[in-house]
Amino acid sequence: MFKKTLDISSSPHIYKGRSTDDIMKNVVWALLPVVGFSVYSFGWNALWVIATATLACVLTEHVLCKLSKKETTVQDYSALITGLLLGLTLPPIFPLWMAFVGGVIGIALGKYVFGGLGYNVFNPALVGRAVLQAAFPVAITTWHPAFLADRFSTVSGSVFTWPFMQPQFDAISGATPLSAFKFDGITASTAELAFGQISGSTGETCAILIALGGVYLIARNMMSWRIPAAVLLSAFVLSGLLYVINSEVYPSPFFMLFSGGLMLGAVFMATDMVSSPITPIGLWIYGGIIGILTIVIRIWSGLPEGVMYSILLANAISPHIDKVIQNRVYGTSRKIKTI
Amino acid sequence: MALFNFHKNTFKHGIHPPESKDETRGLPIRQFPFSPVIILPMAQHIGTPSEIVVREGQEVVRGELLAKAVGYLSVPMHAPVSGIIRKIANVPTISGKMSPGIYLETFPSSTQEVLEGKPIDPDTATAEEILQGIQDAGIVGLGGAAFPTHVKLKVPEGKKCETLLINGIECEPYLTTDHRVMLEQESDIFTGIKYLLKATGAGKAIIGIEANKQDAADHLARHIPEDLPVSIKVLPVKYPQGAEKMLVTSVLQKEVPSQGFPIEVGVVVVNVATTAEIGRLLPHGSGIQERVITIAGPGVKKKGNYRIPVGTPLRFVLEHVGVDEDITEVYMGGPMMGVAVSNLDISIVKGTSGILVFTGKDVSQPSKTYPCIKCGACLDACPILLNPSKLGILAKFEAYDEMARDFHLMDCFECGSCTYVCPSHIPLVQYFRLAKRVVRKRQAEKKEEEVNV
Repeated sequence: MFKKTLDISSSPHIYKGRSTDDIMKNVVWALLPVVGFSVYSFGWNALWVIATATLACVLTEHVLCKLSKKETTVQDYSALITGLLLGLTLPPIFPLWMAFVGGVIGIALGKYVFGGLGYNVFNPALVGRAVLQAAFPVAITTWHPAFLADRFSTVSGSVFTWPFMQPQFDAISGATPLSAFKFDGITASTAELAFGQISGSTGETCAILIALGGVYLIARNMMSWRIPAAVLLSAFVLSGLLYVINSEVYPSPFFMLFSGGLMLGAVFMATDMVSSPITPIGLWIYGGIIGILTIVIRIWSGLPEGVMYSILLANAISPHIDKVIQNRVYGTSRKIKTI
Repeated sequence: MALFNFHKNTFKHGIHPPESKDETRGLPIRQFPFSPVIILPMAQHIGTPSEIVVREGQEVVRGELLAKAVGYLSVPMHAPVSGIIRKIANVPTISGKMSPGIYLETFPSSTQEVLEGKPIDPDTATAEEILQGIQDAGIVGLGGAAFPTHVKLKVPEGKKCETLLINGIECEPYLTTDHRVMLEQESDIFTGIKYLLKATGAGKAIIGIEANKQDAADHLARHIPEDLPVSIKVLPVKYPQGAEKMLVTSVLQKEVPSQGFPIEVGVVVVNVATTAEIGRLLPHGSGIQERVITIAGPGVKKKGNYRIPVGTPLRFVLEHVGVDEDITEVYMGGPMMGVAVSNLDISIVKGTSGILVFTGKDVSQPSKTYPCIKCGACLDACPILLNPSKLGILAKFEAYDEMARDFHLMDCFECGSCTYVCPSHIPLVQYFRLAKRVVRKRQAEKKEEEVNV
């Protein structure tokens, strides 16, 4: 009456049934509204840029896997996320060939050489962007106003610049709130910032949608709430302190919180699980570093925005945070390890 | 971390697997028929296997001594049925190893009356006499660990037992034996507690029960004898609350020191089924012949809670309850920590708390293994606050000594919560089991070397 053989396995015999690609898929869902708003506010330009960056990342991942004779890993959605994130950090009229280069470099140098998913030290999307920032300083800081009347009828000429050619930008270009503040001392209102009535990178303008995406992921237990909390809290506290000291020179903490890439960085970039620490205390330290560094760069450096460099720096520190900060194990007293 | 205490009445972390207890929780304990042949391995408990004192061809009465304890960390074994010793030979065990044992043929026409021994009176017996009585009854932890209970109850010199914790948590999914025992054997439990209080010298006893067994908690609360210092604590449902250390933390908000036993914080923990068995056997001076087992899982037809003689072959059990044709996996114990059975010719042992039967379509095999993405789900699950992610990476490199030295590997009690939650399907607890064995072996070798030098 019984089969001759039984299967054996080592316990546990039941599983929660969530997998890594589930998490990745949900990050994509959370990003889609941001992408949607980006296209809504900047038109076809933005769609082209985001699609190109995404295509570059996915293609690079696939080709590299094939070249090293491994099974392709594109179906785990992580390259797709990297592509979307890279696209969302670029200006809407960014030349497509440059976006493509950014995607290739992000995946190849930011992820693949470290060993692929799970082994990258830095957020691959930001590696791509950092290289673009260094290589094409003009193109990456040439902004475009949002909600132009012709945004769905024409595509900006600079987008289709031939590879290795300098782009010719249109006459109309808009300053981002951060550069307007940095170079002209003008600050935008919080409402404008929160609802994306501003210029900026394709995906960073609508802080509310980004935050909602984060809330979704946190509610589904697919993202650490501690990182965005730490980033935003530390940025708010530092800029608030400065604002209290001298509100003539320093902008309000709300402006700091909702402008630029801080929200996008705090919710979708800093929270990359692989390149962030793993213990709760480690996460607070990591997030704190990002928040404080961002404000420091924004206020005292020559750059208007500092989120990218802050996150990359914190990524570099993250393995060391993990080395020093470990959970206190049940039944033991905490001991801080020396490096 | 003690800045805010959000963890009142429970321990930190843990998981919430589906309870899957509904199908058997309401079914009363039923006596299982006697199998024509009983197979008794001598290694049913942690410690030295029992030594056989009967010979082939000898007729034995149910409850008669078949094998005696060898030394302190050992228990005797009693005849689960009246019958004839057919053969003394190696018998199959769940680990796959053959172990010395007894084939006992049941007398078909016997009334199966239990032989009684010297009763132990809880009011007049000394602590030593009770401990001896518990050993003589062959009692081991019935929650699954099968550690000799008299050893556990012996309070070491210089230590004092203040609280006796009765473990009625039963946090493993599917299992409902403790639940039924609490509903049906309240007087045995309280008699058992009386013995245990005396044996440990504890001033009070607390019965810890998870909130999904509120009926059992209410039932016991109604029947607490007036002269017994017993209270009942209902705790939120969470796996692995039934682990000794977790239960101590949940009930008393104390942490048992790393590598230590609950007695270090003045607590002795005893499983509720073990307590009931002590209360049932000691007044008659008899030994363990049977135990309560939940038989459940999607592949079983007559699910339920059964009182089954120790040594009943698994094949007989499954034939009696009826299972689907296409069963692929059988577990002894719960789905989180139970052991998969490779061979139906093994038998029920004292530590078997459940038999779960799964068919191919019900087995949730993880599809594909991904690299660790450091999501931290395992850290949020681990009840002893280890870093399974880091341990898993080290295990891949076989850095076992580093795991033990720097990351508290030996504190892992293999509850499996990390593997359960891991989205990358990394076999974390399986790695740790292997790593712990290697570390233990290396430590033993080192000790041996030192002795030889």
